[in-house]
Amino acid sequence: MTFREAIREAMRQAIKADDRVFLMGEDVGRYGGCFAVSKGLLAEFGPERIRDTPLSESAFVGAGIGAAMGGMRPIVEIMTSNFSLLALDQIMNNAATILHMSGGQFNVPLVIRMATGGGRQLAAQHSHTLEGWYAHIPGIKVLTPATIDDGYGMLLGALKDPDPVLIFENALLYNMEGELSPNAGAAGIDRACIRRRGRDITLITYSMGVWKSLEAAEKLAKKGIEAEVIDLRTLRPLDDGALVESVSRTHRALIIDEGWRSGGISAEISARLMEQAFYELDAPVARLCGAEVPMPYAAHMERAALPQVETITEAVERMMPAHG
Amino acid sequence: MAEFRMPSLGADMTRGTLVQWNVKPGDTVKRGDIIAIVGTEKADIEVEVYETGTVRKLIAKPGEKLPVGAPLAFIEVAGEAVPARMPEAVAAEEAAPAMPPVEAPAPALAPTPPGRVHASPLARKLAEELGIDLAKVQGTGPHGAIERHDVEQAAAAKSAIQAAAAPAGEGVSGMRRAIAAAMARSNREIPHYYLATQIDMAGALRWLEQSNLQRSMEKRVLPAAMLLKAVARALVEVPELNGYWVDDQLKRSSDIHLGVAVSLRTGGLMIPAIHSADKKSLEELMNELRDIITRTRAGRLRSSDITDSTITVTNLGDLGVETVFGVIYPPQVALVGFGKIVERPWAVQGMLGVRPVLTATLAADHRATDGRRGGQFLDALSTLLQKPEAL
Amino acid sequence: MSEPTNVNRAHEMHLLHQMLYIRRFEEKCAELYSREKIRGFMHLYIGEEAVCVGVMEALRPEDGIVSTYREHGHALSRGISGGAVMAEMFGKQEGCSRGRGGSMHLFDAKTRFYGGNAIVGGGLPLSVGFALADKMRQQTRVTCCFFGDGAVAEGEFHETINLSALWKLPVFFVCENNRYAMGTRLDFSHSQTDLSKKAAAYGIASAWVDGMDVRAVEAASATACEYVRAGNGPYFLECRTYRFRAHSMYDPELYREKSEVEEWKKRDPIPALIARIDPAAEEIAALEQQIAKQVDEAIAFAEAGTLEAVDELTRFVYSDRSPA
Repeated sequence: MTFREAIREAMRQAIKADDRVFLMGEDVGRYGGCFAVSKGLLAEFGPERIRDTPLSESAFVGAGIGAAMGGMRPIVEIMTSNFSLLALDQIMNNAATILHMSGGQFNVPLVIRMATGGGRQLAAQHSHTLEGWYAHIPGIKVLTPATIDDGYGMLLGALKDPDPVLIFENALLYNMEGELSPNAGAAGIDRACIRRRGRDITLITYSMGVWKSLEAAEKLAKKGIEAEVIDLRTLRPLDDGALVESVSRTHRALIIDEGWRSGGISAEISARLMEQAFYELDAPVARLCGAEVPMPYAAHMERAALPQVETITEAVERMMPAHG
Repeated sequence: MAEFRMPSLGADMTRGTLVQWNVKPGDTVKRGDIIAIVGTEKADIEVEVYETGTVRKLIAKPGEKLPVGAPLAFIEVAGEAVPARMPEAVAAEEAAPAMPPVEAPAPALAPTPPGRVHASPLARKLAEELGIDLAKVQGTGPHGAIERHDVEQAAAAKSAIQAAAAPAGEGVSGMRRAIAAAMARSNREIPHYYLATQIDMAGALRWLEQSNLQRSMEKRVLPAAMLLKAVARALVEVPELNGYWVDDQLKRSSDIHLGVAVSLRTGGLMIPAIHSADKKSLEELMNELRDIITRTRAGRLRSSDITDSTITVTNLGDLGVETVFGVIYPPQVALVGFGKIVERPWAVQGMLGVRPVLTATLAADHRATDGRRGGQFLDALSTLLQKPEAL
Repeated sequence: MSEPTNVNRAHEMHLLHQMLYIRRFEEKCAELYSREKIRGFMHLYIGEEAVCVGVMEALRPEDGIVSTYREHGHALSRGISGGAVMAEMFGKQEGCSRGRGGSMHLFDAKTRFYGGNAIVGGGLPLSVGFALADKMRQQTRVTCCFFGDGAVAEGEFHETINLSALWKLPVFFVCENNRYAMGTRLDFSHSQTDLSKKAAAYGIASAWVDGMDVRAVEAASATACEYVRAGNGPYFLECRTYRFRAHSMYDPELYREKSEVEEWKKRDPIPALIARIDPAAEEIAALEQQIAKQVDEAIAFAEAGTLEAVDELTRFVYSDRSPA
């Protein structure tokens, strides 16, 4: 099954099992989903449960918030994270704040899914990586599934959560093939996961970065460098415990983040490692991030603007001590 | 009597200007009437009164700027009896509730796996420079982590013990390095200021000679002991010179442990401490001085001898030096220097005489004290030495 | 057919009580703000009482309400106690939002009062969500959404009206047109100043009413709610009203003429209703006394209130029962 099919399957299960769950967003019904994630769902569940919306991000995200407060469990699909900015007021000023602002009276059990990321030559306005930016906001949760199991399980886990959850799906992962674990169910949404054990350095990353890091780790292994790869899975909350535990063994950390470097989630992770694992570090925490430029269109330029397998291996090699 | 106060007219208003009164004493007003205009940053706003009654007194004058809540006028509320005396305007003060500080959650530190030493990068660097084994260092940082200071302490102790135990040459180089590190650090970090004073020692020396007549040769009290006692007593008066500069502040010591600079015949310098010098008699001080000089030169010092000094005294008089410009041994904040006692011309009651004069100097850390306090110390020292019998 | 006189009169006295209570409560708020008992921003409803009182007559306990930052009147006429509102503005935890919201964020689960929104137009999308949830669950509840003439310029208004019309949702949109969006007069905001026409352009039922006449508002609201409850879709009612005081505490009102304010004061809904009822002087005096007592009790309740413990600060960022 592909990553997109895993997500679709999770939605199918959820809509079937709970009549409070429904999907709402642009082109999710008749078009079958901009990225074909919801293909076939309209035919299966009908227009009440699979709702095409007009191009009104603020209205339909706000409607998702109101519907969630009103007893439903909506899944709002914003076509891409790039367009989510039109709904930022509803997300930040309503979804994230109403529980606290009302003194605990109204929670917002809303799930928002969005496609995200660059690398498809879609240029500056269609290539943002904003997960880390959203992770700044208290009151919401920010998930970044990178595997088939997580594409499936984290959506189900998010639907169980009483608070607003944003799920960022890197568009380049939709075609990824793999196996859904036989006993896959709702996954925990507050923990990171070690995807590859290692001894010499911890690679901390999420989403597309996980796959690039795993490939880099294979190449590094041939040179005798054993890299540990941690898939963050969630950017808010961050799983500090897992990061500290890993760095306490490897004593070196490299963060790989496709988002912009300054003030990004890589800076937050670096600060937390300094606060909690200072004495474990043999070298400063390093970061490999997206170049701080609006994403260019030309393929070679876009490639240079994002972390790649080669730049990951180079960065790791630079961090290894001079004596073996 | 009700008070008409400067109203809050906005979320960020702290003060307002009374621009104009629309009423005068004697006017009747009712709730809702506009009785004044108040100027704010934004504009002039018409302000209403919330009482019904008669204006008794206008306190604020047009043009006056007052804080929000300040009384502007007295209004006699309809139906109220007129008090015999105008009450004092009481500024409304609501004590803010005590706010417990919002503490950042203490970060959980990873537990030290066996074999792994928690030391800051700076400590590691220094340890490498000074040849210190981190595993043997006692750390005083968070959760027992080793910091720079700990390495320096270890280095000082190591070289002291090394110097005492090792044959000449080998021990000295270790000690030399430690001294070098400490002196370099002192020069780098401590803003020194220097004060000197000349003390007429005639009285003190005469008294000492007299009192020594009662003592045997071995037990005689040397001027050095008198100087040490005077220093200890003077520190009681100026305690800011007795302690350590740590974490950007002065940590005064309640004990006065005088570090006495002792030069070694093999070269090098040790600074063992005489503990609680202010509490010891002159004889006791002399005995201790004799003892530590002996033990220092024999290499039999204990670590507490070396690490406990709260101030250093260096007496180079017997080397013929007149004035000592010392370098403070960090983290102490002062160093007292004594030169040799020299016969000098001295004015006494308008007439020229000759006196045995001692130049006493103070090198002090300007972060902890300034010249005034330093001067007071030297002044106290001088005064104490004019009354040697009271030492 | 006209109602029996005594029933009619009793009802009008009830309306008068509601409006006069709001009036005296708001006047007290002005005083308390100037004495620094109430802080932050505060927006008074003085002059507009006929709108919320008239509308509330058409709403039922099970209906939902989304409102603006000028919502004291809405909260009181909905049945939230004066004490809870006052305590909220005093920042006490006995306030309806635990002291966390203040004047602009009154929330109450019992009366389905969903704030209290400080972002102009921010509540509109939420109201669509509540109505959507009700429709999907076959509830015949009305969601009443209050907003001002300023909000009609926001994109959210257009997205919301469109979506509610498209999906035929049970929303009663009440536009409180007091002719000024803070300091910007209607004709400096809108190319089309007949706001009811703007809503009508989306194909929904739309009307306007004299917002200074409580009985007219009441009648128009009854018509609107009947329409909405019957499943006909949304209804837009523009209530043409006026606020006698500044936008908030305080502004020098440089944007309008004093003479204009005086003209509108002649149409004050409260004297108008009193003239209509023509009660005895003792009746009015008794009513004022009763209301004064109510207001004093609200203030006493607020004064006696307590401050929430600071170590509760991070409570309700996420739900207490959040799995994370």
